Amino acid sequence: MTSNNYPTLPPPEKDLNESEEAKRYYSASQFQLIWWRFKKRRIAKIGALVLIIMALSGLFAEFFGPYTGTTRVSESVLVAPQIPRFCNSEGCTLRPFVPSTISKRNPETLRMETKVDPSVRRDIYFFVEGEPYELLGFFPMNTHLFGVEEGTIHIFGTDSLGRDLYTRTLIATRTSLSIGIIGVIIAFILALIIGGAAGYFGGWIDYVIQRLTEIVRVIPVIPLYMGLAAAFPKEWSSSQVYFAMTLILALVGWPTLARRIRGKLLSLRGEDYVIAANLAGASPSRIIGRHLLPAFSSYIIVDLVISFPYMLLSETALSFVGLGLRPPTVSWGVLLQDAQTVRAIEQAPWLFIPALFVVVAVLSFTVLGDGLRDAADPYQV
Amino acid sequence: MVKFLIKRTLGMVVTMFFVSIMIFVIMELPPGDYAERWAFRKFSGTGAQITEADLDNIRANFGLDRPAPERYLTWIKDIVLHGDFGQAFAFQTSVNNVIGQKIWLTLAILFSTLIITYTISIPVGMYAAVRQNSVEDHALTIFSYLGFALPNFLLALVLLYIMTTYFGTSVGGLFSPEYADEPWSKGKVLDLLSHLIIPAIILAWSATAFQLQTVRATMLDELNTLSVTAARARGVAEWKLLIKYPARLAINPVISTMGFDANRIFSELPIVALVLGLPELGGLLLKSYLDLDMYVAGAILLILTFMIVFMNFLSDILLAFLDPRVKLIEG
Repeated sequence: MTSNNYPTLPPPEKDLNESEEAKRYYSASQFQLIWWRFKKRRIAKIGALVLIIMALSGLFAEFFGPYTGTTRVSESVLVAPQIPRFCNSEGCTLRPFVPSTISKRNPETLRMETKVDPSVRRDIYFFVEGEPYELLGFFPMNTHLFGVEEGTIHIFGTDSLGRDLYTRTLIATRTSLSIGIIGVIIAFILALIIGGAAGYFGGWIDYVIQRLTEIVRVIPVIPLYMGLAAAFPKEWSSSQVYFAMTLILALVGWPTLARRIRGKLLSLRGEDYVIAANLAGASPSRIIGRHLLPAFSSYIIVDLVISFPYMLLSETALSFVGLGLRPPTVSWGVLLQDAQTVRAIEQAPWLFIPALFVVVAVLSFTVLGDGLRDAADPYQV
Repeated sequence: MVKFLIKRTLGMVVTMFFVSIMIFVIMELPPGDYAERWAFRKFSGTGAQITEADLDNIRANFGLDRPAPERYLTWIKDIVLHGDFGQAFAFQTSVNNVIGQKIWLTLAILFSTLIITYTISIPVGMYAAVRQNSVEDHALTIFSYLGFALPNFLLALVLLYIMTTYFGTSVGGLFSPEYADEPWSKGKVLDLLSHLIIPAIILAWSATAFQLQTVRATMLDELNTLSVTAARARGVAEWKLLIKYPARLAINPVISTMGFDANRIFSELPIVALVLGLPELGGLLLKSYLDLDMYVAGAILLILTFMIVFMNFLSDILLAFLDPRVKLIEG
């Protein structure tokens, strides 16, 4: 990477004679350039779009879901997903509907079995009034995007307590993404302090920090932090556990970020403008914050995006084994606890749906991170 | 070479010292102390009344009344000098008894996973690099993305589900029921090997995806070097020159990350073990965390980390053999 951040080189792929184009290019800010480069990457854009949809549906989970996710309905325990359709034996309509469904215990196998009656239509209506909830935690509402007037609608099925899996998955999306975001932010702050100190001061401080980081990195990550999670007192409230989990995720994530920040700072701290700032009497934190960080802010953003999937996967793994978030908090990992054994999945394969969300989210973050990384250095030929 | 070996061995000892301190801190973290949990385990359900004096007795018995640094020293001294890892209260026996032969099972899983990872990722990664931008190459890139996005324990569940629904076989555990409590014999070893394949493939999943990309990237760099062009100009057969120049160098980054692979595998092991019901250290670690049986947990963490540190040591030595420049740089 060059330390020269001025667009002095003509863009190789553009014709210089096209003056309008060239002018636009020369006067563009760094982030505009990044955006133009990023726009060309189709897969990365799809990843970003998927993530935006996930974030929005998580944020407004109670609106997009027909229920609130905590209501238990005893007659619809372990109901298989009801797929909306337009036709049954009596013909087709424009209004989608789900067949009437009820779950009964099979007296021989003692399993819950879903009885579907395709002749009874449960018409789907949009913007229906249903269970009251608080949008974003503030605005009391009772309008849901869709719902049925009689009977039930569970497009992802229900869990063993008769709760709507679709709504719960959306709520879990909110929890998992938000815990990831907070985790990334805390990891970033930690990395900034530790990696910043190592990279800016160098010398023995750098040496000690490097050795300590190496030692932390040698212990297997998940088992190490499982130990911390196991230490959460049982009587902690779910919000206490939530914040403790963000700390653990931050601990999982900081070493990689710190190493990147250190490397960048080490390569930049000999630059003239840093020495000038130093001579002018600027404090280390000011030099790092005002002069050095902006020089590689785009890289930091990329690193944050790339470290996100690790947070999601760690949270899912820890909660899955019962050492992370606990019910009544709902996250992808907590939902997947119900699908821990083959027997459970055999009986109710739809309990595995949250895993698809994990995979899609991680994939989206990965392709988005790759796209951003390629776009992050717009002056690179 | 001797100097190099001594330096690496010393480094290993220093690392393990700091690691053991960190692990001791984690063992001390859970609220309440060992004596209370021990007493609760031992007397719960018996109706016996536990008084503060009883607890103090237990504390004195285990030496819990002494300050933490002193306890750390006794703990580590017993491990280093006598190989004694302390008491496992959930099992009412010594940690050594609980861990016992599970160490060998864990090593068996580690090595079979590593073997699968390398036998797949090295040749396939090289192939992808040679056929860059072909359909196979793109397919392998997609596989690598999936290897990261689909965590091993979810893959394990998917495989188990497919196996039980479509093939009607169970793949859990490491031994068939008839061998589980038998002494070691030839039949039992073969039985173990046949059961090892599934967990090893599952654990190798993400490591393979990762190493495949590493091999591919290094191979691509090496394919563009002048030595390859010169060999081609001399008329050396394509497969011969591939083996002679780029392939030799492309395995270096794989070897230098052997410890990292071991770390990744052990990181995923407890969760995969839970899903597959494997009787090895990872699953036991998880169980002891849930029981807050911290002496067992600490011992397992220490053993797993030691295996990783040792793999790092091995990979350093191997690398020094394969690429003598390493020794020169590090002196």
